[in-house]
Amino acid sequence: MSIIVFSENRNGKLKKNSIEAVVYAQSIAAATSKPVVAVSVGNVDDQELALLAKYGATKIVSVTDQNWLAHDSREYTKLVAEISEKENADTILFSHSNMGKAIAPRLSVRLKAGLISGVVALPESFAPITVKRKAYNGAAFQLVTVKSDKAILTLNPNSCAIKENPVSLNIEPYTPQTAYNAETKIESVDVVTGKVILTEANIVVSGGRGLKSGDNWNLIEDLATVLNAGLACSRPVSDEGWRSHEEHVGQTGKIIAPDLYIAVGISGAIQHIGGVSGSKVIVAIDKDKDAPIFKYADYGIVGDAFAVMPKMIESFKKFKNS
Amino acid sequence: MKILVCIGNVPDTTTKIRFDEQMKNLDTNGVQWVINPWDELALTKALEIKEQSNGKIEKVSIINVGKADAEPTLRKALAIGADDAFRIDADPVDAYFIAAQIAEVAKQEKFDIVFAGKESSDFNDAAIGSMIAEFMDINSVSAVTSFELADGNISLKREIDGGKETISVKTPFVAIVQKGICINPRIAAMRGIMMARTKPIKVSPAIETETLIEYQKFDLPQPKAACKIIDPEETDKLVDLLHGEAKVI
Ligand SMILES: Cc1cc2nc3c(=O)[nH]c(=O)nc-3n(C[C@H](O)[C@H](O)[C@H](O)COP(=O)(O)OP(=O)(O)OC[C@H]3O[C@@H](n4cnc5c(N)ncnc54)[C@H](O)[C@@H]3O)c2cc1C
Ligand SMILES: Nc1ncnc2c1ncn2[C@@H]1O[C@H](COP(=O)(O)O)[C@@H](O)[C@H]1O
Repeated sequence: MSIIVFSENRNGKLKKNSIEAVVYAQSIAAATSKPVVAVSVGNVDDQELALLAKYGATKIVSVTDQNWLAHDSREYTKLVAEISEKENADTILFSHSNMGKAIAPRLSVRLKAGLISGVVALPESFAPITVKRKAYNGAAFQLVTVKSDKAILTLNPNSCAIKENPVSLNIEPYTPQTAYNAETKIESVDVVTGKVILTEANIVVSGGRGLKSGDNWNLIEDLATVLNAGLACSRPVSDEGWRSHEEHVGQTGKIIAPDLYIAVGISGAIQHIGGVSGSKVIVAIDKDKDAPIFKYADYGIVGDAFAVMPKMIESFKKFKNS
Repeated sequence: MKILVCIGNVPDTTTKIRFDEQMKNLDTNGVQWVINPWDELALTKALEIKEQSNGKIEKVSIINVGKADAEPTLRKALAIGADDAFRIDADPVDAYFIAAQIAEVAKQEKFDIVFAGKESSDFNDAAIGSMIAEFMDINSVSAVTSFELADGNISLKREIDGGKETISVKTPFVAIVQKGICINPRIAAMRGIMMARTKPIKVSPAIETETLIEYQKFDLPQPKAACKIIDPEETDKLVDLLHGEAKVI
């Protein structure tokens, strides 16, 4: 038996969540002595794939065939099923990312493998596998056991602490037996460049209605620049058109789990918290000392954002330059 | 063409989440049940497409896997404009079970497009839409933020981390939709509410399905330590704490 990790990349660079998934797999491997096999689809060079071995992938099955570069959920499911069979896998891990969420549930049906999605911590037991997942938008957790022979997990960010576990590099270039027969066609791709990607950012700076207008966003942007942070906002801010919908976090927007979330002029409505409660540390700046956000924040400043933010930006600049 | 929209019946987003003593089930006392937010957007979009299709889309049906207590939510969706409804009379056990039921109806009734929401706001599995597609062995497109139907061609936008892709797809398929698909959900008008009373809800029993997972119990998050309040004049101190104590910068 083996553990498979579906590893994702963007333009040949492995995603942080995929490294985390290998670390997660490694902890299962340590308890069950199964090998960890990473599956990579795309033009990822050997030097980059070596990262997977550094964190514990004993084998890397690498598919570089150009036909397979376009993500079609149905075809990718067949591909992962084929590799799982070849590797005799009984545990298959994905990131709880757009792609993971598109493939893992299909694979669950295809392999009759119980799916636990949005996993937040290492397993509490291994045979059968029992893990904790997020439910009710982070207002609760749920302990779930897989009853089938095979298990599929999708992992939330920060589901385990990253640590190295170097093993020797073993890359297997692989040509799929399955022919790529997608009935979806990617007509064009529109990527935002030069911006930190919100769902992958370690630090996120977020603004709410307290900033009064989109014209005041330089305060948020300047702080984000200093911290190399992603940008987010509350729902009314995107509904008002002050910022793009891509930045809306919360129950009906994006769900993020950075190391540090800085909320400025955001009251902390339950629907907003649903999108950010997975953050390691929350900082709130709000002029109302009774704003609910302070119930969720680790650190807070009660004050006028227009006075506090310039000072904060200076403090962070000083820190970065020291 | 026919569209089927999956409708989850979920606690209102402001519900205080509490469980029974065994921590097995949600304490439903005083809970208001609503259409899952993304399903409301999906339904709105499905109705828009139908109206703009010059009759090419004959009807928009809705489906729910749930007991009779879900019917008020289904009536709400009918009042918004869905033509008819299916209810599979069973406890919505888990994502795999629900998807198996919906796939069966979608197959039998030959729906061309199935809409599901990105996730249910109670169980947050983000799984059912994709599972339906696999049960039916048809295409699925996830993270759909825009849906256009023009001259019979379907063009979708899908969110990828850090951007979007424009995708064309052949029917039948499942679209798993999220914010962007439309801005505001449609609200039922008086006339719709009157008409909904006579629209059919077809109730059928569940097909047999295995269960692959078992829920043990719920847990509530640990209460957070009190927020450390820092003087607005002392922003340097915040930086020190984030570096030295919290170790996040
Ligand atoms: C079904 C549903 C889904 C929803 N989904 C989401 C979601 O996904 N994400 C989301 O964010 N919301 C969501 N909402 C909306 C949510 O309920 C709140 O209305 C929203 O989060 C409030 O946004 P806000 O905090 O920016 O604004 P407000 O609640 O107006 O808060 C503004 C804050 O700024 C402070 N302030 C004002 N001036 C200053 C100043 N000069 N300096 C410092 N602070 C100042 C105020 O004290 C206040 O605390 C949803 C609502 C519903 C019903
Ligand atoms: N009981 C249900 N009946 C019908 N559709 C459902 C049900 N539960 C969830 N869905 C659909 O599946 C989507 C994803 O739910 P989930 O996989 O539970 O996160 C929801 O947005 C709904 O469209």
